[in-house]
Amino acid sequence: MAKTQGAALDRKKLMADPIMVTTIVLLITFLTLFILYPLAILLVDSFVGDGSFGLSIFKRIFAMPSFTKAITNTLKVGFLVGILSSLIGLLFAYVEVYVRMNRFVGGLFKTVSMLPVVSPPFVLSLSMIMLFGKAGIITRFLLHIYDNNVYGFWGIVIVQTLTFFPVCYMMLKGLLKNIDPSLEEAARDMGAGRWKVFADVTLPLMLPGLGNAFLVTFIESIADFANPMIIGGSYDTLATTIYLQITGAYDKAGAAAMAVVLLCITLLMFAVQKYYLEAKTAATLTGKASRARMLIEDKSVKVPLTIFCSLAALFVIMMYICVPIGACFPTWGYKFFPLTGKWFNQVFTKYHGFKAFKDSFVLSLIAAPITALLSMIISYLVVKRKFKAKGFIEAVSMLAMAVPGTVLGVGYIRGFSGGLFHTGFLQGIYGTGLILIIVFVVRSLPTGTRSGISALRQIDKSIEESAYDMGADSLKVFTTVTLPLIKDSFLSGLVTAFVRSITAISAIILLVTPSYLLITVQINEFAEKGAYSLACAFATILIIITYSAVLLMNAFIKRFGTSRNIKEE
Amino acid sequence: MEKIKKGVRLDHISKIYQDPKTGKEFYAVKDTSLTIEPGSFVTLLGPSGCGKTTTLRMIAGFESPDEGEIYLGDEPINELTPNKRDTAMVFQSYALLPHYNVFDNVAYGLKLRKVPKEEIKERVMKILDLVELTGMEGRMTNQLSGGQQQRVALARALVIEPSVLLFDEPLSNLDAKLRVTMRTEIRRIQQEVGITAIYVTHDQSEAMALSDNIIIMNKGVVAQMGTPQEIYYHPVNEFVADFIGEANFLKGKMTGRSGDLVTLDIEGSPLEVEGNDRMEAGNEYTLVLRPEAATLADKGGLPCKVVLSCFMGSYQNYHVMVGNTLVKLEEHNPKNKHIYAVGDNCSLVFDPKSVHVL
Repeated sequence: MAKTQGAALDRKKLMADPIMVTTIVLLITFLTLFILYPLAILLVDSFVGDGSFGLSIFKRIFAMPSFTKAITNTLKVGFLVGILSSLIGLLFAYVEVYVRMNRFVGGLFKTVSMLPVVSPPFVLSLSMIMLFGKAGIITRFLLHIYDNNVYGFWGIVIVQTLTFFPVCYMMLKGLLKNIDPSLEEAARDMGAGRWKVFADVTLPLMLPGLGNAFLVTFIESIADFANPMIIGGSYDTLATTIYLQITGAYDKAGAAAMAVVLLCITLLMFAVQKYYLEAKTAATLTGKASRARMLIEDKSVKVPLTIFCSLAALFVIMMYICVPIGACFPTWGYKFFPLTGKWFNQVFTKYHGFKAFKDSFVLSLIAAPITALLSMIISYLVVKRKFKAKGFIEAVSMLAMAVPGTVLGVGYIRGFSGGLFHTGFLQGIYGTGLILIIVFVVRSLPTGTRSGISALRQIDKSIEESAYDMGADSLKVFTTVTLPLIKDSFLSGLVTAFVRSITAISAIILLVTPSYLLITVQINEFAEKGAYSLACAFATILIIITYSAVLLMNAFIKRFGTSRNIKEE
Repeated sequence: MEKIKKGVRLDHISKIYQDPKTGKEFYAVKDTSLTIEPGSFVTLLGPSGCGKTTTLRMIAGFESPDEGEIYLGDEPINELTPNKRDTAMVFQSYALLPHYNVFDNVAYGLKLRKVPKEEIKERVMKILDLVELTGMEGRMTNQLSGGQQQRVALARALVIEPSVLLFDEPLSNLDAKLRVTMRTEIRRIQQEVGITAIYVTHDQSEAMALSDNIIIMNKGVVAQMGTPQEIYYHPVNEFVADFIGEANFLKGKMTGRSGDLVTLDIEGSPLEVEGNDRMEAGNEYTLVLRPEAATLADKGGLPCKVVLSCFMGSYQNYHVMVGNTLVKLEEHNPKNKHIYAVGDNCSLVFDPKSVHVL
């Protein structure tokens, strides 16, 4: 048997579609150049960076006590944050799905899940310092503790847990909703108590999902740069060590090798998560719940769970509120009244605030539509078409999810500062706004692609086939059928990309040049210097921008959304 | 809308798939040659996995054959993409564009062909009239019933005036009554337009009601092609006989011949039936007996014993044992006939001309 003729015909049909071929070629070039190549150059650098091929650079960095310490630090934080986040996330998800809640508690939950999305990833570090630090409102003024040290291991763990648990909560909520209530009812019917049902039925069904949530958080935690930078103090993690190695010690080869080590850890975790746990999660929980769940009304369960989660939610919300308030106090920790607008004023008069917001805003605004369109094209190709390079495109765009921003940043420095393979070719883009935009795109591409793929999987393949059959070419099918059908996903991808870009810091901080002022970099700088009020003022405006973008999107989807009519079918 | 009708010809077509679990390759369609006459209505019929949908999708261009060539009229079309082929498909799930209303759905293909606006309007309205959807053109597709959606799908395929119309189990999502109405509609419209139609289904009554010719497929190969009557009365093998309608198989050795009539020994009793020239005494043959072609009597046929007797309204359903062979039969209009009970010994009677020797 030989499939040669069929394969040859498929190839010919593909070639008869020049737009499609061009798109695929451009995509492959983009992915190779801006995701694979920077990582490859890190490998090359760390093996031959000092002239001869070998492990000498690795030997050198592993001999540094600060580096080995950073590895253990990172892993310790990652494990603890992963476990805490998935447990708290599970609790929240359980309460939301199983316990009848009033509207107030429901609102709290919704706010908590929303906050990390619209705020820069490190604002909690700021408020942690302002509430519990040496001059913290709670520690110093309420409890009269004058030497509380929030910096270090516990600071990072608490801040990261509070930042990442809403992600686990959202993931696990989806899974819990998909458990068929009749499974649990059957166990209840057989005489199992509520706790027994949870332990024997719900939890085992959730285990792969929990593992999944743990790993996702673990990867986020060890890739996190800004929180350890601000609240880590002398407790260095891999991401900050790499940053210091390149900006402080100017040891580019060493930083490259360290980046390779960090990348290996995240890739390993990512592989386990993607290929082992994700499949398992899907296998145990298939389909939708057949009918509504009997919610728990029992007061002995409902009251403590609701109170605990509400308090936790209120605490998180308070931490976020602390940021705009902090920006209004005349001097944080010493003088609270009268509230003042002077920090906001200074942002714009003294610290080039206008330029910072303009630069961040414009660059993100350019990156967002590119990201959204690119991820929809990739999703379309991956889900609806078959061609040889499809596996490559899907794998590489997903791979970007596992690459920590710091690693990518170092890769770009090594890969483009001297041009491609240090030859000078394409050197021109280094240090420009273009490379910042590309980084924004690459960083947001995986999330966009993921949501695009799941949106497209829900659309019957024959709808596009019918358009194709009616005489539309690929471009026409994509623009008149696919895109309109996933308009909502496209819009939310657009906003997500914008928000992620404008709040990004880890890769950007390594690549930004003085000609561009970015808000996140400014916030980081002021926080480093201890100018928390200014940092808060910057962060507040940033949150307002991102929140407005999200509101705008929701209003837009509500007004023009298509999915509602489509789903009714 | 007069244009030259085109037929379809498959010349030694094969399609190889890979089993996703074992990685083994197998023939989904194997060395299939077919000629479909211009203007005829042909059904591809077979159990699931027999290769009928794959064949249809190869004609539409969604799949590429691994061997052989497909012709539309006289033109080889292997290398053409679906959008360049002069075929139009009606999908199982209708596949209407959910963000368009009825008019825009039907007009989609014409717009792609850059037909002038006025003409689009005229042609769409004419087709909507043909499928009896006049007045619905402003509706969104999710405001239509299943049958109406199917009509839109049909109208959309017809309006671009393709040479060949392809149907991929279009009625399987409809309820039983609507299926019957719609298949009559499809046949009426096909006759009116005079278009070549290829129709995939696993429902034999649909195939019977619709087709000029039925192609029965099994395991990737064509088992038989012929008119509904040929296939029902003269199946080429047990698979075809069993797949189309109910069939009883009586096996027996040929003992003698007199002219057209041959004598077979069935479970120890001699039976005279109409045979064919190829039959030789001494060989084993299988007879196909349709349930409605036989009846029970006190004597005069093959001796049998009733094991099931069940009143079904329009007929009495019997299962009888002829020796060791189970025979099912339907006694129609049983009102004033003698009803045999379970355990009765009686006789299986049928016209020798109404059995078919395989």
